[in-house]
Amino acid sequence: MKFSAIILPSLLLVCAVSGCSSAKLTRVQPWERATLADYTMRPDRDSLHTAMSEHIYFSREASSGGRGVGGSGCGCN
Amino acid sequence: MWYPNKTLLAWLLVLVAGATSVRAEVKVGAPFPELAASFVGGTLPAREGRVVLIDFWATWCSPCKASFPFYNALQTELAPRGFTLIAVSVDEKAGPYEDFVKRFKPTFTTVRDGDQKLVSSVQPAAMPTCYLLDRHGVLRLVHSGFHGDADGRKLRAEIIKLLDEKP
Repeated sequence: MKFSAIILPSLLLVCAVSGCSSAKLTRVQPWERATLADYTMRPDRDSLHTAMSEHIYFSREASSGGRGVGGSGCGCN
Repeated sequence: MWYPNKTLLAWLLVLVAGATSVRAEVKVGAPFPELAASFVGGTLPAREGRVVLIDFWATWCSPCKASFPFYNALQTELAPRGFTLIAVSVDEKAGPYEDFVKRFKPTFTTVRDGDQKLVSSVQPAAMPTCYLLDRHGVLRLVHSGFHGDADGRKLRAEIIKLLDEKP
Protein backbone atom coordinates (compact mmCIF):
# COMPACT_ATOMS: atom_id res chain seq x y z
CA MET A 1 0.00 0.00 0.00
CA LYS A 2 2.74 2.41 1.03
CA PHE A 3 4.95 1.47 -1.94
CA SER A 4 2.23 2.01 -4.47
CA ALA A 5 0.94 5.21 -2.89
CA ILE A 6 4.18 7.12 -2.24
CA ILE A 7 7.34 5.52 -3.56
CA LEU A 8 6.06 4.43 -6.94
CA PRO A 9 4.68 7.87 -7.90
CA SER A 10 7.87 9.44 -6.60
CA LEU A 11 10.00 7.17 -8.77
CA LEU A 12 7.87 7.93 -11.78
CA LEU A 13 8.20 11.61 -11.06
CA VAL A 14 12.00 11.29 -10.79
CA CYS A 15 12.10 9.55 -14.17
CA ALA A 16 9.86 12.18 -15.74
CA VAL A 17 11.51 15.31 -14.37
CA SER A 18 15.16 14.26 -14.16
CA GLY A 19 15.51 14.92 -17.88
CA CYS A 20 14.98 18.62 -17.21
CA SER A 21 18.27 18.85 -15.31
CA SER A 22 20.30 17.30 -18.11
CA ALA A 23 23.16 19.46 -19.31
CA LYS A 24 22.61 18.02 -22.78
CA LEU A 25 19.34 19.90 -23.21
CA THR A 26 19.58 22.60 -25.84
CA ARG A 27 19.39 26.06 -24.33
CA VAL A 28 19.75 29.13 -26.52
CA GLN A 29 22.46 31.19 -24.90
CA PRO A 30 22.62 35.01 -25.12
CA TRP A 31 25.49 34.84 -27.63
CA GLU A 32 23.61 32.34 -29.84
CA ARG A 33 20.66 34.59 -30.66
CA ALA A 34 21.84 35.95 -34.00
CA THR A 35 19.15 34.05 -35.89
CA LEU A 36 16.43 35.03 -33.42
CA ALA A 37 17.46 38.68 -33.75
CA ASP A 38 17.26 38.58 -37.53
CA TYR A 39 14.83 40.93 -39.26
CA THR A 40 12.93 38.01 -40.78
CA MET A 41 12.02 36.83 -37.26
CA ARG A 42 10.08 40.02 -36.52
CA PRO A 43 6.32 39.40 -36.51
CA ASP A 44 5.67 42.92 -37.88
CA ARG A 45 8.22 42.83 -40.70
CA ASP A 46 5.44 42.89 -43.35
CA SER A 47 3.32 46.01 -42.80
CA LEU A 48 0.61 44.89 -45.25
CA HIS A 49 0.24 41.56 -43.50
CA THR A 50 0.11 43.32 -40.13
CA ALA A 51 -2.62 45.68 -41.37
CA MET A 52 -4.67 42.77 -42.73
CA SER A 53 -4.30 40.83 -39.49
CA GLU A 54 -5.34 43.87 -37.50
CA HIS A 55 -8.39 44.32 -39.73
CA ILE A 56 -9.43 40.67 -39.37
CA TYR A 57 -8.91 40.81 -35.62
CA PHE A 58 -10.93 44.02 -35.33
CA SER A 59 -13.74 42.62 -37.48
CA ARG A 60 -13.93 39.46 -35.42
CA GLU A 61 -13.30 40.76 -31.91
CA ALA A 62 -14.46 44.40 -32.20
CA SER A 63 -11.20 45.47 -30.65
CA SER A 64 -7.81 46.44 -31.92
CA GLY A 65 -4.30 47.18 -30.74
CA GLY A 66 -2.46 45.57 -27.87
CA ARG A 67 -0.01 43.85 -30.17
CA GLY A 68 3.07 45.89 -29.47
CA VAL A 69 5.96 44.14 -27.82
CA GLY A 70 9.25 45.91 -27.34
CA GLY A 71 12.48 44.52 -28.74
CA SER A 72 13.28 41.70 -31.08
CA GLY A 73 14.16 38.13 -30.32
CA CYS A 74 17.78 38.71 -29.47
CA GLY A 75 17.12 39.03 -25.76
CA CYS A 76 19.37 42.06 -25.50
CA ASN A 77 18.92 43.53 -22.04
CA MET B 1 -10.12 13.02 -4.55
CA TRP B 2 -6.40 12.28 -4.19
CA TYR B 3 -4.13 14.90 -2.65
CA PRO B 4 -0.31 14.66 -2.57
CA ASN B 5 1.07 14.21 0.93
CA LYS B 6 4.09 15.96 2.44
CA THR B 7 6.58 13.33 1.28
CA LEU B 8 5.50 13.71 -2.31
CA LEU B 9 5.58 17.48 -2.11
CA ALA B 10 9.11 17.33 -0.69
CA TRP B 11 10.16 15.10 -3.60
CA LEU B 12 8.64 17.55 -6.02
CA LEU B 13 10.50 20.50 -4.50
CA VAL B 14 13.82 18.63 -4.65
CA LEU B 15 13.24 17.74 -8.29
CA VAL B 16 12.27 21.25 -9.29
CA ALA B 17 15.36 22.63 -7.52
CA GLY B 18 17.54 20.08 -9.29
CA ALA B 19 16.03 20.91 -12.65
CA THR B 20 16.97 24.57 -12.33
CA SER B 21 20.07 25.18 -14.38
CA VAL B 22 22.99 26.91 -12.68
CA ARG B 23 24.94 29.35 -14.84
CA ALA B 24 28.69 29.01 -14.71
CA GLU B 25 29.28 32.68 -15.45
CA VAL B 26 32.65 34.16 -14.52
CA LYS B 27 32.21 35.97 -11.20
CA VAL B 28 33.86 39.02 -9.63
CA GLY B 29 37.11 38.03 -7.93
CA ALA B 30 37.57 34.96 -10.14
CA PRO B 31 40.33 34.70 -12.73
CA PHE B 32 39.28 35.63 -16.26
CA PRO B 33 39.91 33.03 -19.00
CA GLU B 34 43.12 33.56 -20.95
CA LEU B 35 42.42 35.63 -24.05
CA ALA B 36 45.44 34.69 -26.11
CA ALA B 37 44.40 31.03 -26.19
CA SER B 38 41.12 31.96 -27.89
CA PHE B 39 42.52 34.16 -30.65
CA VAL B 40 45.43 32.28 -32.13
CA GLY B 41 47.07 34.55 -34.66
CA GLY B 42 45.06 37.56 -33.52
CA THR B 43 46.72 40.71 -32.24
CA LEU B 44 45.93 41.61 -28.64
CA PRO B 45 47.27 44.73 -26.92
CA ALA B 46 49.59 44.55 -23.91
CA ARG B 47 47.54 44.18 -20.74
CA GLU B 48 50.16 43.91 -18.01
CA GLY B 49 49.71 46.62 -15.39
CA ARG B 50 46.72 48.14 -17.21
CA VAL B 51 43.04 48.37 -16.35
CA VAL B 52 41.29 46.27 -18.99
CA LEU B 53 37.67 46.29 -20.07
CA ILE B 54 36.63 43.22 -22.06
CA ASP B 55 33.32 43.75 -23.82
CA PHE B 56 31.34 40.95 -25.44
CA TRP B 57 29.15 42.26 -28.24
CA ALA B 58 27.45 41.22 -31.49
CA THR B 59 26.48 42.98 -34.70
CA TRP B 60 22.86 41.88 -34.27
CA CYS B 61 22.58 43.48 -30.83
CA SER B 62 21.21 47.04 -30.81
CA PRO B 63 22.59 48.13 -27.40
CA CYS B 64 26.02 46.99 -28.59
CA LYS B 65 25.79 49.44 -31.49
CA ALA B 66 24.84 52.20 -29.05
CA SER B 67 27.86 51.43 -26.89
CA PHE B 68 30.52 51.84 -29.59
CA PRO B 69 30.60 55.65 -29.80
CA PHE B 70 30.85 55.78 -26.00
CA TYR B 71 33.68 53.22 -25.98
CA ASN B 72 35.53 55.18 -28.66
CA ALA B 73 35.43 58.29 -26.48
CA LEU B 74 36.37 56.30 -23.37
CA GLN B 75 39.39 54.74 -25.06
CA THR B 76 40.58 58.10 -26.37
CA GLU B 77 40.21 59.73 -22.96
CA LEU B 78 41.59 57.06 -20.65
CA ALA B 79 44.14 55.08 -22.68
CA PRO B 80 46.97 57.46 -21.73
CA ARG B 81 46.21 56.76 -18.06
CA GLY B 82 46.60 52.99 -18.48
CA PHE B 83 43.22 51.83 -19.77
CA THR B 84 42.77 49.22 -22.47
CA LEU B 85 39.51 48.19 -24.08
CA ILE B 86 39.14 44.90 -25.93
CA ALA B 87 35.84 44.28 -27.70
CA VAL B 88 35.13 40.63 -28.42
CA SER B 89 32.54 40.01 -31.09
CA VAL B 90 30.60 36.76 -30.78
CA ASP B 91 29.54 36.85 -34.43
CA GLU B 92 30.00 33.52 -36.14
CA LYS B 93 30.03 35.11 -39.61
CA ALA B 94 32.95 37.32 -40.60
CA GLY B 95 31.01 39.48 -43.10
CA PRO B 96 28.67 41.33 -40.70
CA TYR B 97 31.55 41.78 -38.25
CA GLU B 98 33.83 43.35 -40.86
CA ASP B 99 31.05 45.64 -42.12
CA PHE B 100 30.32 46.76 -38.56
CA VAL B 101 33.97 47.53 -37.81
CA LYS B 102 34.28 49.50 -41.07
CA ARG B 103 31.16 51.49 -40.20
CA PHE B 104 31.89 52.30 -36.55
CA LYS B 105 35.70 52.58 -36.86
CA PRO B 106 36.57 51.61 -33.27
CA THR B 107 39.68 53.22 -31.80
CA PHE B 108 40.12 50.19 -29.54
CA THR B 109 41.01 46.57 -30.25
CA THR B 110 38.25 44.40 -31.66
CA VAL B 111 38.55 40.65 -32.15
CA ARG B 112 36.05 38.05 -33.28
CA ASP B 113 35.35 34.94 -31.24
CA GLY B 114 34.10 33.17 -34.35
CA ASP B 115 33.89 29.68 -32.87
CA GLN B 116 32.44 31.18 -29.65
CA LYS B 117 35.04 29.36 -27.60
CA LEU B 118 35.84 32.24 -25.24
CA VAL B 119 32.25 33.41 -24.77
CA SER B 120 31.19 29.85 -23.96
CA SER B 121 33.75 29.69 -21.18
CA VAL B 122 32.81 33.14 -19.82
CA GLN B 123 29.03 32.67 -20.20
CA PRO B 124 27.80 36.29 -20.11
CA ALA B 125 24.18 36.68 -19.03
CA ALA B 126 23.23 39.06 -21.86
CA MET B 127 24.55 40.95 -24.86
CA PRO B 128 26.47 43.16 -24.35
CA THR B 129 28.29 42.26 -21.15
CA CYS B 130 31.60 43.79 -20.13
CA TYR B 131 34.20 42.59 -17.64
CA LEU B 132 36.46 45.08 -15.90
CA LEU B 133 39.86 43.80 -14.76
CA ASP B 134 42.17 45.78 -12.49
CA ARG B 135 45.90 46.30 -13.03
CA HIS B 136 46.59 42.87 -11.53
CA GLY B 137 44.19 41.09 -13.87
CA VAL B 138 41.57 40.49 -11.16
CA LEU B 139 37.95 40.73 -12.29
CA ARG B 140 36.39 43.65 -10.40
CA LEU B 141 33.12 44.38 -12.20
CA VAL B 142 30.64 42.61 -14.47
CA HIS B 143 28.15 44.83 -16.26
CA SER B 144 25.36 43.56 -18.51
CA GLY B 145 23.53 45.66 -21.07
CA PHE B 146 24.07 49.22 -22.21
CA HIS B 147 21.36 51.78 -21.49
CA GLY B 148 23.04 54.92 -22.74
CA ASP B 149 24.50 57.74 -20.68
CA ALA B 150 23.61 56.32 -17.28
CA ASP B 151 25.55 53.11 -17.92
CA GLY B 152 28.34 55.09 -19.54
CA ARG B 153 28.78 57.29 -16.48
CA LYS B 154 28.76 54.28 -14.17
CA LEU B 155 31.37 52.41 -16.20
CA ARG B 156 33.59 55.47 -16.52
CA ALA B 157 33.49 56.05 -12.75
CA GLU B 158 34.42 52.42 -12.04
CA ILE B 159 37.30 52.53 -14.52
CA ILE B 160 38.66 55.79 -13.08
CA LYS B 161 38.42 54.30 -9.59
CA LEU B 162 40.62 51.39 -10.68
CA LEU B 163 43.03 53.67 -12.54
CA ASP B 164 43.43 55.72 -9.36
CA GLU B 165 44.35 52.66 -7.31
CA LYS B 166 48.07 52.30 -6.61
CA PRO B 167 49.73 49.65 -8.82
